Amino acid sequence: MKDDHKGAPRTVPIQSATFSNPTNAEIRRAAATGIYDIRGGGSKRKLPHFDDLLFLGASISRYALEGYREKCDTRVVLGTRYAKKPIELDIPITIAGMSFGALSGPAKEALGRGATMAGTSTTTGDGGMTEEERGHSNKLVYQVLPSRYGMNPDDLRRCDAIEVVVGQGAKPGGGGMLLGQKISDRVAKMRNLPKGIDQRSACRHPDWTGPDDLEIKILELREITGWEKPIYVKIGGARPYFDTTLAIKAGADCVVLDGMQGGTAATQDVFIENVGQPILACIGEAVRALQDMDMHREVQLIVSGGIRGGADVAKALALGADAVAIGTAAMIALGDNDPKWEAEYNALGTTAGAYDDWHEGNDPAGITTQNPELMKRFDPIEGGRRLNNYLKVMTLEAQTIARACGKNHLHNLEPEDLCALTMEAAAMAKIPLAGTNWYPGKPGSSY
Amino acid sequence: MQTFDLEAQGLRNLNAALQSQSKDTNQTAWEIVNAKGSHAIAVGLDAPIEVTVKGSTGYYCAGMNKQATVRVHGSAGPGVAENMMSGMVIIDGDASQYAGATANGGTLVIKGNASSRCGISMKGVDIVVHGNVGHMSAFMAQSGNLVVCGDAGDALGDSIYEARLFVRGSVKSLGADCIEKEMRPEHIEILKDLLERGECDAKPEEFKRYGSARKLYNFDIDNAY
Repeated sequence: MKDDHKGAPRTVPIQSATFSNPTNAEIRRAAATGIYDIRGGGSKRKLPHFDDLLFLGASISRYALEGYREKCDTRVVLGTRYAKKPIELDIPITIAGMSFGALSGPAKEALGRGATMAGTSTTTGDGGMTEEERGHSNKLVYQVLPSRYGMNPDDLRRCDAIEVVVGQGAKPGGGGMLLGQKISDRVAKMRNLPKGIDQRSACRHPDWTGPDDLEIKILELREITGWEKPIYVKIGGARPYFDTTLAIKAGADCVVLDGMQGGTAATQDVFIENVGQPILACIGEAVRALQDMDMHREVQLIVSGGIRGGADVAKALALGADAVAIGTAAMIALGDNDPKWEAEYNALGTTAGAYDDWHEGNDPAGITTQNPELMKRFDPIEGGRRLNNYLKVMTLEAQTIARACGKNHLHNLEPEDLCALTMEAAAMAKIPLAGTNWYPGKPGSSY
Repeated sequence: MQTFDLEAQGLRNLNAALQSQSKDTNQTAWEIVNAKGSHAIAVGLDAPIEVTVKGSTGYYCAGMNKQATVRVHGSAGPGVAENMMSGMVIIDGDASQYAGATANGGTLVIKGNASSRCGISMKGVDIVVHGNVGHMSAFMAQSGNLVVCGDAGDALGDSIYEARLFVRGSVKSLGADCIEKEMRPEHIEILKDLLERGECDAKPEEFKRYGSARKLYNFDIDNAY
């Protein structure tokens, strides 16, 4: 190539940080198709997270427990406020709601198998209760969603807890979507809609609006089920202080709080990445609401959105949660986004770890699909075994940290056990910056 | 006839008594007095019993009903017969918002008017309203039939799926993807049966039929605004 600069130094090509390659690619994609990007999963942007917190551990001023010998309890009871039959779990890690429709029947079965082996609960989703998951889940939480797809009083009575879903972290204020590619005969029948059409789930409940209505709705659910079942209220990470307060006022037994890292089966990318708050910013506010209402530990707090390992569990509990829920991590444990399918991910224009077009129903791992051929690739027994292993590892990890902090129950972890690595995390979690006794906004400080 | 004083005996005792009836119970007739607008009256029933409520009810009367016949001698608050599966619910007066919301089956008859969002997300129920219905009625209605002997408010049948809407009077406006459709002989027959079950003497020939244009069934950017 001819060099017109005659050997003089040249500027280096600089890619705009604002107009990055992914940004420009999205502009070109939008211009070519006229359709916004729809995908599954949660926020992919880098966010202040549990990684920005550390445990201090024990030394002279704190007495550690022996790592392998001394007891560190992990049990949790959910629904102690009003329910005649609270849920008792061996571990404080539950499986979050994921719909049959978004996931295959065998994948739901595997979640039930794994959760049951580990002594915890799983949750239905926006598509009703399947026999696979009821049959294989010792403890099953039944979601009451705006769409009410598959909702019926018999399933309401055979669940172990009820979760009224107001919002989820990936899309607080948004409804669901299940595109036509995944509407098989069975999914269509369960949802009472024609096969092959896009299914929109409303963003609001059809028969109640504000918190006073919600209180009456919860009364109705309790009356139908004889006041036996714990009733959870699930909220996205929008205004956690006020939403938690209102959920408690409405009579919830448990509040489920989902940050923006929490996944969805399918929503607009612009929604996932730009609406809602990271879970780190939400937990403290929800705990403050519980404490202000004198309900901390009486109304249990379950948090979700980006929980990946035992350290995240321990940190969430130290911040004041009673339990956590996992969705994306559970799917990965089952085999979602496994590199062994890399060639097929490549054929779909993506790569293992980045595959998020779950709504298209072409999941090479056979989990987020209703395609019978792809579903054959997934073994629910093996999937259940893997999930159980993963839950056990998370629990052991959380116990390891708790013992190091001198705690004989995971619930004895406390904010005082933590420090923050960044100013952002310190401010959001209200945890002192490492090496200081201060965080931004600390009462009594002028910053 | 079993008479139950709701004010004296309480809601929990009422629903527990009604819910404990089996399909071959001898106690098939129940009368509830002193309802006084209470919420969640006669919810979750699952037996072929007849329940008469003397007076008006609050939210969710006959919610998730199966098999039972519930008649309200008064008006009903929001969400009457929500998510009903089967059976029959008859309101002698008016019904508030969300009447028959998400109901899967059975028949809901409202002798007066129904407020907004009547039949929202209905999934197979038959609803017969002798009077008018408010705005956004049959929003996202999936299946079943909504009969309106009076007028319908704004945005009738917005984002409707496969439900059939029959309106005798005026429709203030149709919602997205809802259109008037031809009233064929089979629809006259369906409507005739609905009117009979709804204790209504209107003539089927006086109604117009509305349903889905099915243009929102799969995403199209041209329908996005």
